[in-house]
Amino acid sequence: MNTNAPKIAVSGLNKSFGTKRVLRGVTLEIGAAESLVVIGGSGSGKSVLIKNILGLMNPDSGSIRIDGEETAGMTGSRRERVLRKFGMLFQGGALFDSLHVWENVAFGLIQGHQMDRKNARDVAIEKLATVGLGAEVGELYPAELSGGMQKRVGLARAIATEPEILFFDEPTTGLDPIMGDVINDLIIASVRRLGATALSITHDMASARKIADRIAMIYDGRIIWAGRAADIDRSGNPYVDQFIHGRAEGPIRMEVRRP
Amino acid sequence: MDFLAAIGRVFLGFLAATGRLALFTGSALLHSVTPPIYLRLIGRQMIDVGYFSLPVVGLTAVFTGMVLALQSYTGFARFSAESAIANVVVLSVTRELAPVLAGLMVAGRIGAAMAAEIGTMRVTEQIDALVTLSTNPFKYLVAPRLIAGLLMLPCLVLVADIIGVFGGYLISIGKLGFNPATYLKNTWDVLETIDVVSGLVKAAVFGFLIALMGCYHGYNSRGGAQGVGQATTNAVVSASILILSFNYVITELFFSI
Repeated sequence: MNTNAPKIAVSGLNKSFGTKRVLRGVTLEIGAAESLVVIGGSGSGKSVLIKNILGLMNPDSGSIRIDGEETAGMTGSRRERVLRKFGMLFQGGALFDSLHVWENVAFGLIQGHQMDRKNARDVAIEKLATVGLGAEVGELYPAELSGGMQKRVGLARAIATEPEILFFDEPTTGLDPIMGDVINDLIIASVRRLGATALSITHDMASARKIADRIAMIYDGRIIWAGRAADIDRSGNPYVDQFIHGRAEGPIRMEVRRP
Repeated sequence: MDFLAAIGRVFLGFLAATGRLALFTGSALLHSVTPPIYLRLIGRQMIDVGYFSLPVVGLTAVFTGMVLALQSYTGFARFSAESAIANVVVLSVTRELAPVLAGLMVAGRIGAAMAAEIGTMRVTEQIDALVTLSTNPFKYLVAPRLIAGLLMLPCLVLVADIIGVFGGYLISIGKLGFNPATYLKNTWDVLETIDVVSGLVKAAVFGFLIALMGCYHGYNSRGGAQGVGQATTNAVVSASILILSFNYVITELFFSI
């Protein structure tokens, strides 16, 4: 395999729901150990993009290559093998509320990697420590945790199997700015420690600037700009400028009726 | 023409829903018999479906047996009431009432809980999280519930058979003043293996249907709290209707030939 080949290469991805075309030919490459952040407004297709790459949805057409291997339309045990490379932090945490916190963190190890429960528990407690949570938190249920703690447990679960690729879905949404920054720091530290490739989607520019090597902006189902994070203020793209400065007036029209 | 189009749309929608359910059922069955099989989860579901449904099913059975004895006495008082009442109670309970009423009660208790739990897991992305953690949601969520429903409903119905007959006995002896030994002898004489077996076969089918409807509607729920509420309602209503219609079909298969 060519070592310069991108870790994840998406090309010409289309996805519609009924008559609504959500993705219209998305093309995107993420290099190994690179952190790419996709920014975009609500309903721009960010979540659908990430779910297609994971295989939680199947694209209508287009190609998704992971380590050079075509994964679009893959099912069954082949899909499970590809998914072992991934860790994902969900927007709402998506912790299993019938299981203890440590069982949540150890879930991928026990189910996916057939580790026995005692060893998996030790690893879970170690992973909880790396996100700044003590061993006693492991004995609680997810419902007993604050939003910030749930996000950190979600992060611990995502990194527990030491995956090659990490996905973050709106990692800072719903958190106060300080906890948001704590999560950003944890994401950077985790990605660096694992040497993982990271894809995040967010509309929080502070978070995007902090965790991204490169930023891509999705609008109306297409990638309209991609470049180094440092260049985002000089993009020369009026859509990007409007988004990063958070202006209501500009080329992006929100579907809001004016009074 | 609009009228015809509307009929066509409803019909196509019905066919699509049937197809989706058939695919779901096929996939669920396949994953119930192929490894990995989560014994721990099956055990937990069996306790939920079986043990914790005992009080509800027991109460239903005892009152059903009691009311059967009381009502049939009104009709049979003129004839040889003692043997007729014992016969009516034991045959009605084992063949029809225990499986159907236990099925309906469990549909309300367990089918609803399954739809609500799996539906909430769907809308909070917990099912997506399962997939990303290399775990098949059919194996982890659906299969244990189907297996527990299939195995535990017959056990519940066996208990309900005994409690239902006991309810009829209580009223016949305590209120109607029958001879206990004669009543029990009459009960035992008329009862055949097929009566109990047909009830247990019904119970297994109902248990499977309850779990299937709970899982199917939960798994396909959409759009937050309202969607989960809708899924719960659909699970209970569809399970109840399926129980009543399959009850007829199975009765026909067992007793009309």
